[in-house]
Amino acid sequence: MARRIAIVSAMGAADETVPQAAVRGPSWDGRFTVLILFLPPALLLFTLFVVLPIGEAAWYSGFNWNGFGRPTNWIGFDNYRFVLETRAFWLALRNNGLIIAVSLAVQLPLALTLALMLAERFRGAVALRMLFFMPYILAEIATGLIFSFVYDGDYGLVASIWRTFGAEAPHLLASTDTAMLAVLIVIVWKYFGFHMMLFIAALQSLDKSLVEAARIDGATRSQALRHVVIPLLYPTIRLSVFFAIVGSLQLFDLVMPLTRGGPADSSNTMVSFLYNNGISRMRVGYGSAIGVILFVICVTFAFTYKRWFMRDE
Amino acid sequence: MSSTETTRAPFDPAVLFKAVFLTAVAIFVLVPLLATLLGGFKSLGELRVNPFGWPTHWEWQNYADILFSGRYWQLLRNSLIISTLTVILTLITASMAAFTFAHVRFYGSSMLLSYLTLGLLFPAATAVLPLFIKVRDLGLLDTYFGVALPQVAFSLAMSVLLLRRFFRDIPHELLEAALVDGCSYIKFFRYVTLPLSRPILATVGTITFVNSWNAYLLPLVMLNTDALYPWPLGIMIYQGEYSSEWHLILAFITLTILPTIILFLLAQKHIVAGLTAGAVKG
Repeated sequence: MARRIAIVSAMGAADETVPQAAVRGPSWDGRFTVLILFLPPALLLFTLFVVLPIGEAAWYSGFNWNGFGRPTNWIGFDNYRFVLETRAFWLALRNNGLIIAVSLAVQLPLALTLALMLAERFRGAVALRMLFFMPYILAEIATGLIFSFVYDGDYGLVASIWRTFGAEAPHLLASTDTAMLAVLIVIVWKYFGFHMMLFIAALQSLDKSLVEAARIDGATRSQALRHVVIPLLYPTIRLSVFFAIVGSLQLFDLVMPLTRGGPADSSNTMVSFLYNNGISRMRVGYGSAIGVILFVICVTFAFTYKRWFMRDE
Repeated sequence: MSSTETTRAPFDPAVLFKAVFLTAVAIFVLVPLLATLLGGFKSLGELRVNPFGWPTHWEWQNYADILFSGRYWQLLRNSLIISTLTVILTLITASMAAFTFAHVRFYGSSMLLSYLTLGLLFPAATAVLPLFIKVRDLGLLDTYFGVALPQVAFSLAMSVLLLRRFFRDIPHELLEAALVDGCSYIKFFRYVTLPLSRPILATVGTITFVNSWNAYLLPLVMLNTDALYPWPLGIMIYQGEYSSEWHLILAFITLTILPTIILFLLAQKHIVAGLTAGAVKG
């Protein structure tokens, strides 16, 4: 989870430098020992299991290969062409877009409203914060299974609501019209608490004298909110949007127990599309091509967003 | 807030709206969770007519059967082994690297740090096929390490950043004084930095643990033997076997998420701290 959190600070990491005091001081010998003992384990693991596989994905994506022996059947960019010609790929991309849209239109306002309500101290505020945050720490697999019960047309909540109206209950997850909608609701349920916590943290570190000054100058509550508090939250809002988009591009675990991307690929995300078409069938070349496309989308997005929207942070 | 704020009018529609809104969201969050917990206490027949209410007859057998089966404990044990390995290896490698980045000035330091933080920019899924082949070629397929090592690699970037930020706040004069007195960097790391950094180590450890405990994709790709499966894989198979015997599945879900909820209640401070540490200063 916090992997996503550190992303933004990560991209600014290079700007910082070691404090000046470090220049003076100890002999080179002591430093050398630390360098050769302390850095290699992390760098080695990272290179071996994170960086190399990405490079290899680019290489494998030029082959038609089932993973056994060595790749020999070089087909150039055909895998990319196959991916782009697959209707399911575009559906998955559209679904990722839908997830982002719902995050912006529903989840973000909800999280912000709740944060404004719960950042003040009152009895039960902390308990409610924890309750709303709870879905975020539950495993996505467990969340997906819980909701596949809720949505179940024979046993679930949806079934019992429909039955009270005397109607035959729909199987939401089994219809191409409703499956993605059902997944979107679960996404809001699971992640709004995370965004709420981001806003609460920001609100608590906010300089309260600014709000008080506005109030003394005659601003009403809602004016102070609109013209002082919300603008002060812009950096956090941009951060929250960033996480929503990155999160949508990684979404997989939640989809598997709910729909496995189906029916008829209608609820695939990029990663579940990758899993269903590349990994589960061991089509290494094809799957790697999807991986590379996803990688390019993620990296391009991260840098563009950072440049356009987060310049001042 | 100023003191004039606290005296409220006897009836404030905003307060009413707030109460209604918060209650509605609380119900939205709680109903699926409670239904899962209570559903495990019902018979399948009752679940069909009464999926969300209180059980009329408490069926302890569902939970008991799972708790007395070896299967549940084996899944938890596997998850615990993989998560513990991941946490220990992450804390060791990340804290050593973070210490170097925080306190040792050397050519290429910021470049190497940027290199590590590249790991934050894309999900593990993008390279999971080559990763599978690499793990296979290393002979680690179907072992705990085959899951734990890639998990460590992917949690390094975030962990190094959080640890480095904390380490840098330890006064540099302390290190200089220690070095002048003949203490080595390594001893300083072991006897000063680590003991002073318990809160951040706990935070990073907790987050890494929860991530590893909940992980699904990597174990799914790397493990083939049922006996090694962590609980997210196990529960998916369980669900496949008992496809619509929801009373059993719900009991199983409750028992598998219980450890997470207990850990959350115990370590919520660290979880929320880890969350906000990166975001606010970010």
